Amino acid sequence: MTLIHFANARLIDPETLSDSAGSLTVRDGIIIARDGAAPASAELVDCGAKCLAPGIVDLGVKVSEPGERHKESFRSAGRAAARGGVTTMITRPDTDPAIDTPEVLEFVARRAASDSIVHVHPMAALTKGRAGREMVEIGFLRDAGAVAFTDCDRVVADNKVFSRALSYAAGLGALVIAHPQDPGLSAGAAATSGKFSALKGLPGVSPMAERMALDRDMALIEMTGARYHADQITSARALPALERAKRNGLDVTAGVGIHHLTLNELDVGDFRTFFKLKPPLRCEDDRLAVVEAVASGLIDVVCSMHTPQDEESKRLPFEEAASGAVGLETLLPAALRLVHGGHMDLPTLWRALSLNPARRLGLDAGRLTEGAPADLVLFDPDAPFVLDRFALASKSKNTPFDGARMEGRVLGTWVAGNRVHGD
Amino acid sequence: MTFRHRHLLGIEQLSPPEITTILDLAQHYAELNRSADKHAQALQGLTQINMFFENSTRTLASFEVAGLRLGADVMNMPMQASSIKKGETLIDTALTLNAMHPDLLVVRHPHSGAVNLLAEKVACSVLNAGDGRHEHPTQALLDALTIRRKKGRLHRLTVAICGDIAHSRVARSNIWLLGKMESRIRLVGPPTLIPAGAADWGVEVYHDMEKGLKGADVVMMLRLQKERMDGGFIPSEREYYHRYGLDAEKLALAQPDAIVMHPGPMNRGVEIDGTIADDINRSVIQEQVEMGVAVRMAAMDLLAQNLRAARAA
Repeated sequence: MTLIHFANARLIDPETLSDSAGSLTVRDGIIIARDGAAPASAELVDCGAKCLAPGIVDLGVKVSEPGERHKESFRSAGRAAARGGVTTMITRPDTDPAIDTPEVLEFVARRAASDSIVHVHPMAALTKGRAGREMVEIGFLRDAGAVAFTDCDRVVADNKVFSRALSYAAGLGALVIAHPQDPGLSAGAAATSGKFSALKGLPGVSPMAERMALDRDMALIEMTGARYHADQITSARALPALERAKRNGLDVTAGVGIHHLTLNELDVGDFRTFFKLKPPLRCEDDRLAVVEAVASGLIDVVCSMHTPQDEESKRLPFEEAASGAVGLETLLPAALRLVHGGHMDLPTLWRALSLNPARRLGLDAGRLTEGAPADLVLFDPDAPFVLDRFALASKSKNTPFDGARMEGRVLGTWVAGNRVHGD
Repeated sequence: MTFRHRHLLGIEQLSPPEITTILDLAQHYAELNRSADKHAQALQGLTQINMFFENSTRTLASFEVAGLRLGADVMNMPMQASSIKKGETLIDTALTLNAMHPDLLVVRHPHSGAVNLLAEKVACSVLNAGDGRHEHPTQALLDALTIRRKKGRLHRLTVAICGDIAHSRVARSNIWLLGKMESRIRLVGPPTLIPAGAADWGVEVYHDMEKGLKGADVVMMLRLQKERMDGGFIPSEREYYHRYGLDAEKLALAQPDAIVMHPGPMNRGVEIDGTIADDINRSVIQEQVEMGVAVRMAAMDLLAQNLRAARAA
């Protein structure tokens, strides 16, 4: 029996949206008391009045196993997660090969269990080979542990194929995650269309491509009754469609990646490929609208969209360079910019980082109450530092925050009561 | 000397005095190029490599002549036939060439920003000879020199840039340059060929060519790429010519002394009527080609001066 008492903490509770001084007592990986006295035999952790919150549940992490282990492995991703206060990684199936059979899923689950120091719950592809033609074995894959079904950044363009997959998933109560981008409009785009991309001569896509695809998806959800999550809503014009769908009682949620909340299209500057993302970074008005939607709860989930890319795939002309950025280790300090900027308070932010994704996926996480698992992060929200990308634990160093001044340091991370980061 | 750059990657980075410095020196070379002995020594002992990842006849020839007249050792690398086909990355190619100690690297590439990327990795001076849809600085400079010779100034002119603005690096560099020199810019073309956000560039956008040409001092036509025709961006070649091709009737709406420019190669009967292109009273298209050599000599001369000064320091 292990007993830990976290004393002198500032507890950030996204369930009750409270931010208060207190303590937590943990036994065998489970929170057994809040604000109780320290048991005599307990290991004592003095939190020094710093923030203690549920660990982050990061929805949409790319671990490049199988296929590209040189970019990221379960071992390196797990370490990066622990350092970033992420206690659960929800991994993406856009690997090589795609995770589209129970056999591949079983391989991934085995690798994760043996190598990752944080929890891993894999997602599976929605269609075979993420090709958008035939649905995967949704039932078998769910039985094997797939928590959601997604073709990641590929859109199932064929409405008939998508509606059948949604119907079938609805019958099993499985969650489908989609990437709302009209594939025709966004083909070949490297930036958001507008003054900036046009001046730089980069092929652009209108943010309207996001709303068009979300409108289509909402029609199909209304038709099939499936459980649906939009991976990233990044533009102001898509928000009314999301709001309407929720008001009409559709089982719909939405997320947004941290980079779209903290950066805009101008950050690309002189063709800096570490800022090339999918969807591309938006204008400042879009960014502010999406931040506001997270604060109001219209957008449910904030995630890192961790996408490791090696140097070779980024050291290319902008149009040819690969998309995506790593984010496991920078998610927390970057997200704290929203708090320091006065857009939302810590419990509201943690609702989007931890409680909401856990609830949406049916995981027991994101809570600080008795009986909840002791997946915890202790952090100093004000500690300043300058990020050095080569100090990241990720195998890939493609962060847009290299050299950025950030605030917020993770002092300790616990997974099921075991300390995985800090001393 | 007011020209402080190591590379010439675009007009965006240049100040108005720097633009004037290049044009003044180019004017001097234009006179040299019309004299019997066309040789100068500015690039004596230096090596100039022309790396063209995209087909080009005119720009390549212009850079080659410019380098030869200034005494450089000039080498052409037709890149589309070379290692790029073998899968070598742009940066590896650049490092390979860098090891041969060139002094001036003239680069054309089909992707926007590729020349900027390359410039970060080499020890010599890089001239952008056109990157994707981004910039083509020497074209804008030769256009400016031609305008200045014909109109006596670059400020307070009304310049109509007509045609495929969306896919044109020539248009972007000219918009930067003419804006910096305080001329009034009009973009004329169908909405499908005007980039999103162009109205925020401090220019006027016209979809009706007759309105766009009214009172213009300079009419700058752009080439319409063959692959953009036939239903993708415009319904047909003949409808385009009818609505946006420059003919005598439309040109009559511009100032009586308006000049007609085209960066070449022309599609006669698509964006420009052949008789206008050949009208020596209106068309300055041949002079543009002539000024191209002079401007490239001036740009390479200035870069070489900076390079030599940096190496001496």
